[in-house]
Amino acid sequence: MRGRWARTVVAGVTATAALAACAGGGGSAGGDGTGTVTVFAAASLTESFTRIGRDFEAANPGTTVVFNFAGSSSLATQIVEGAPADVFASAAPRNMATVAEAGDIDGEPTVFARNQLVIAVAPGNPLRVGALADLTRPGLKVALCAEQVPCGSAARTALDAAGVALTPVTVEQDVKGALAKVRLGEVDAALVYRTDARAAADVVAVEFPESARAVNDYPVAVLADAPNPTGARAFVAHVRSAQAQAVLAEAGFQAP
Amino acid sequence: MTTLDRAPRPPVGSRRRGGARIPLGLLLPAVLGLAFLILPLAGLLARTPWSTLPQRLAEPGVLTALRLSLVTATLATLLCLVLGVPLAWLLARVEFPGRRLVRALVTVPLVLPPVVGGVALLLVFGRRGLLGGWLDQTFGITLPFTTAGVVLAEAFVAMPFLVIAVEGALRGADHRYEEAAATLGAGRWTTFTHVTVPLVAPGLAAGAVLCWARALGEFGATITFAGNFPGRTQTMPLAVYLALETDVQAAVVLSLILLVVSVAILAALRDRWITSP
Repeated sequence: MRGRWARTVVAGVTATAALAACAGGGGSAGGDGTGTVTVFAAASLTESFTRIGRDFEAANPGTTVVFNFAGSSSLATQIVEGAPADVFASAAPRNMATVAEAGDIDGEPTVFARNQLVIAVAPGNPLRVGALADLTRPGLKVALCAEQVPCGSAARTALDAAGVALTPVTVEQDVKGALAKVRLGEVDAALVYRTDARAAADVVAVEFPESARAVNDYPVAVLADAPNPTGARAFVAHVRSAQAQAVLAEAGFQAP
Repeated sequence: MTTLDRAPRPPVGSRRRGGARIPLGLLLPAVLGLAFLILPLAGLLARTPWSTLPQRLAEPGVLTALRLSLVTATLATLLCLVLGVPLAWLLARVEFPGRRLVRALVTVPLVLPPVVGGVALLLVFGRRGLLGGWLDQTFGITLPFTTAGVVLAEAFVAMPFLVIAVEGALRGADHRYEEAAATLGAGRWTTFTHVTVPLVAPGLAAGAVLCWARALGEFGATITFAGNFPGRTQTMPLAVYLALETDVQAAVVLSLILLVVSVAILAALRDRWITSP
């Protein structure tokens, strides 16, 4: 927002995406929605959005989708600082609100998916973890996300709902960090998103009822300064289509 | 006293002239280089919310993280000195088979992405690691998620800076002082402590400062190996990264605090111990 230097620096950081866009798209937007659509999407959408992007390209010949996957808050900062993006898909409404408050979105964001927490444990669940209360067992090491990031605030809500007071050994910066600690065997359990647990072959997801109290909404929006607004709107419409929703459901997301 | 390996000094007159007229081919890239290093700092300063600075400083987590950073970086530097100086001496003074390979291996933590370094440390000292299980069962020592783990991660990443600096200093130092000490009856240990170490003191100090600075800024290996827990393993760089998630201004303030404190300490040390020519 403030300072042209910072804006230039962030623009430089995202120049890679922009360059890729120029190289792959064969020119800028046309009136029919062809050209390059640059999508800034939350890291947890990496697998499903890559597939959805391919489907979109197949359905719209002449269109190329370029992704920039990162933590939602980093993406929000990049967009507010002037990164040239068409679409923003956030893992949390809060980061979308940051972008909206800066006047950087066109229209209203729509929720296209929901995600819930599970307890990720080692394959075979050797310690027989079945509920949140089991995580307080002495000697059992648990990783959570920091409360500053969406999976951490969801974990806090779920733990409070269950009335469980839990001291983790580490509060990780993101859900992948918490999951990695389980995969490496350094902790016995972590509260992560169902989609992340499902994407990891070497962990098992234990569902727990309180996660329904901390459902995370994923909003998507067309950006106000989109270089390709027509393509952006077409992509957002595609994300809400039955085809894309099926891909998301397969990854473990719930429909809004 | 002249040395064998060093180039002869230029005559005094030519040195003076060189100082007066700096060639443009050197000046221009030098100024550009300086600007490149300083501009990001200027960016940080330009975005600092000065009005809220005092209350941000007073937030309890900030001082805890700062103290933890300073303590762990200092301990890591001490660990590096204890292990790294003898290693540098070995590489510089002792001929042994595979010395070149060992020298290359010492630099591995420099090229390894720190996060990978953290994973590597887990694979050795972690619960299922090569030594971690044995350490836990035999001595009841667990390193991941502890302050000791932070020190270990920082030392792993920072030690090459010390070893390379000290080895360079040792190789540039005049052997004949050590030989003279030996002919006068000093043992190898006495020679090392009374002749070699004072001889390479500037290189040693520079290496230690580099090592400390690298340890202070360490992020990737620390978060991977030691995790992030306020008061125990959350150092300033980890706090900055987490602050970026919610509040960019808080992250800027935290970065600035770390920067000011480290520059102040380095400047104070420099005046005291490192005499610039």
